Amino acid sequence: MRLTNRQVIGWLEAAPLTLVLLAFLIAPIVMIVIVSFWGATEFSIYPAFQLDNYEFLFSSPVTYKVFGATLKYAFITWALTLAIGFTVAYFMAFHVRSQTVQIALFLVCTIPFWTSNIIRMISWIPFLGRNGIANQTLISWGVIDQPLEWLLYSDFSVILAFVHLYTLFMVVPIFNTMMRIDKSLLEAARDNGASGLQTLLHVILPLTKPGIMIGTIFVVTLVMGDFITVRFMSGSQRANVGRLISNDIGLLQYPSAAATAVVLLCTVLIVIAILLRFVNIRKEL
Amino acid sequence: MAKPKVGYSRRSLLRAGGAAVAAAAFPAPMLWAQETKDITLRQFGTGVSNLNDVAKKVKEDLGFKLEMTALDSDSVTQRAATQPDSFDIADIEYWICKKVWPTGNLQAMDTSKIANYDKIVGIFKSGKLTPDSEIAQGTAPSTVGFVDGPDGRTFAKEETGWMTLIPTIYNADTLGIRPDLIGRPIESWTELLNPEFKGKASILDISSIGIMDMAMVCEAMGEIKYGDKGNMTREEIDKTMAIFTEAKKNGQFRAFWKTFDESVNLMASGEVVIQSMWSPAITAVKSRGIPCVYQPLKEGYRSWGGGIGLSKSLTGMELDAAYDYINWYLSGWVGGYLMRQGYYSAVPETSKEFMSENEWGYWFEGKPATGVITSPTGDKLADAGDVRDGGSFYERMGHVACWNSVMDENQYMVRKWNEFIAS
Repeated sequence: MRLTNRQVIGWLEAAPLTLVLLAFLIAPIVMIVIVSFWGATEFSIYPAFQLDNYEFLFSSPVTYKVFGATLKYAFITWALTLAIGFTVAYFMAFHVRSQTVQIALFLVCTIPFWTSNIIRMISWIPFLGRNGIANQTLISWGVIDQPLEWLLYSDFSVILAFVHLYTLFMVVPIFNTMMRIDKSLLEAARDNGASGLQTLLHVILPLTKPGIMIGTIFVVTLVMGDFITVRFMSGSQRANVGRLISNDIGLLQYPSAAATAVVLLCTVLIVIAILLRFVNIRKEL
Repeated sequence: MAKPKVGYSRRSLLRAGGAAVAAAAFPAPMLWAQETKDITLRQFGTGVSNLNDVAKKVKEDLGFKLEMTALDSDSVTQRAATQPDSFDIADIEYWICKKVWPTGNLQAMDTSKIANYDKIVGIFKSGKLTPDSEIAQGTAPSTVGFVDGPDGRTFAKEETGWMTLIPTIYNADTLGIRPDLIGRPIESWTELLNPEFKGKASILDISSIGIMDMAMVCEAMGEIKYGDKGNMTREEIDKTMAIFTEAKKNGQFRAFWKTFDESVNLMASGEVVIQSMWSPAITAVKSRGIPCVYQPLKEGYRSWGGGIGLSKSLTGMELDAAYDYINWYLSGWVGGYLMRQGYYSAVPETSKEFMSENEWGYWFEGKPATGVITSPTGDKLADAGDVRDGGSFYERMGHVACWNSVMDENQYMVRKWNEFIAS
């Protein structure tokens, strides 16, 4: 079949992006999948096709525990960032009338992002520590007599850091969809006698779903792929999948790291596939 | 082992790395046309002794160029084992040597060309510090220090005249404590798991060293009797991990640390009052005005040592230059520099000439300082009247219970370690 000019131009237009994606997305993933079947000695890896890496992964109780911990972190962080992110976005979109103030407040939300991720995380450590500001303040107020041990190096501190780091990823897309809601819909709801709560539940929430879903995807993938936050905030006492992978890499066990990465990738893809069943993002973009 | 980085910056490392790439891309002219000043030796290692000051001094004293690359111990092992042409001199630890030597990438050194060979301390030759001391467990330097001949592949039991590594730096590690927060004498490794310090103890999250500290504790508790702590059986590994996993579940540990800075912060902030630590970290805590002691314990120290080895591909004038470098290394200047940081030199008596009487007395002889003790870079480390924790060289190195090592069951141990962290 002869290609028409239109088709050729169409292919050419798509080519640059296709090549970029092939080189920087598809090729590395294919490579990781291939290496996950290789073997490793103490200081080298050799090409092979063996299932040892997966066999060890699936037969170890640690794997299930660690994947469980990863999902737990993702779920709790998601719930908290959603609650906070939705509230903040709602306030900015519907309570603040002037657009200038909206933009100013939005910029205020991004201020923490002017410093590095690691700094924002580590700055919690002196705050939450045994002799840290939080404990000293609580003791001086007479709320507690003994420093609270669980403030730092615990699940609490890990999730606190996650929420702090990733709430903005929830705020931005939700705020964006909320701004696009036609204000006359809210007026109509009120005219028909809906209370504030009813408007929120039956008008705003359904219309904000795509934003919530995009924010959810951001937060869930970021938390599931993280390893450094868990390491610092738990004082190396807790593990998630990212830490399993980074430990393997540190010990030059690349094939086993690759196998874990493949399993993690599949898990994240499944989670996202389930999420997308609920909302059609494309319709709303 | 990721030892503290002393005296170089990331930038200078990058520069050295870049230069190494350049040197590889533009090979030196043929040997006969070469003069000493054109020679460049490429050294890589773990960073403890990879000091820019040393490279500078080599240029001054010997005339040739020394390029240094610092890597973590896993990368060092990998590079020494797989890329023999990427370096001329490998600055590695003895347990790494045990792993790497069988690959044939290093060449044995002729001890008759080493001027100060006779003055090297006994630990690295017969294995005995003094004639009546016993060789400690683990990968003791003397057990991997010699091979049968220039092409020997297996380690010899005694001095043969062919050395694998020329020893450069070593020390004895123990637990660090906060005497002000503990308030009573600490004498044994068992204290690490004492419920009194629940939530206030820490151990390092580097499997190969952490397992040794664990073994010191378990043995001191009388829970396990090891055949060789440096080469445990699977059963011994399982038992050791079980004891520590239980302690972890009971909340004994506040955190685990992986980097030098983390260990300093844990101790300085009072989060932890007893933990595995490295000597310069103690100094760093003290320099903040916080009391911290490198506590000698009755069961002895866990020791480590490093040395320099020559690449198999080194020949001709470069090989001669490498021997010059080794002889210079042992002639005292570097030794003095390292000893003023709290490490030990392989030939202490030559280092003495490069140290003041006060410094020698404090660092080596364990005498009270007669004046302020400063590091080579000028930081104050001790006041007049202070005594080094653990005392003299013979007191410290004479009580080594175990050397850092690599086990036959290393991969099994690493998996178990991962489980311990995740449990």
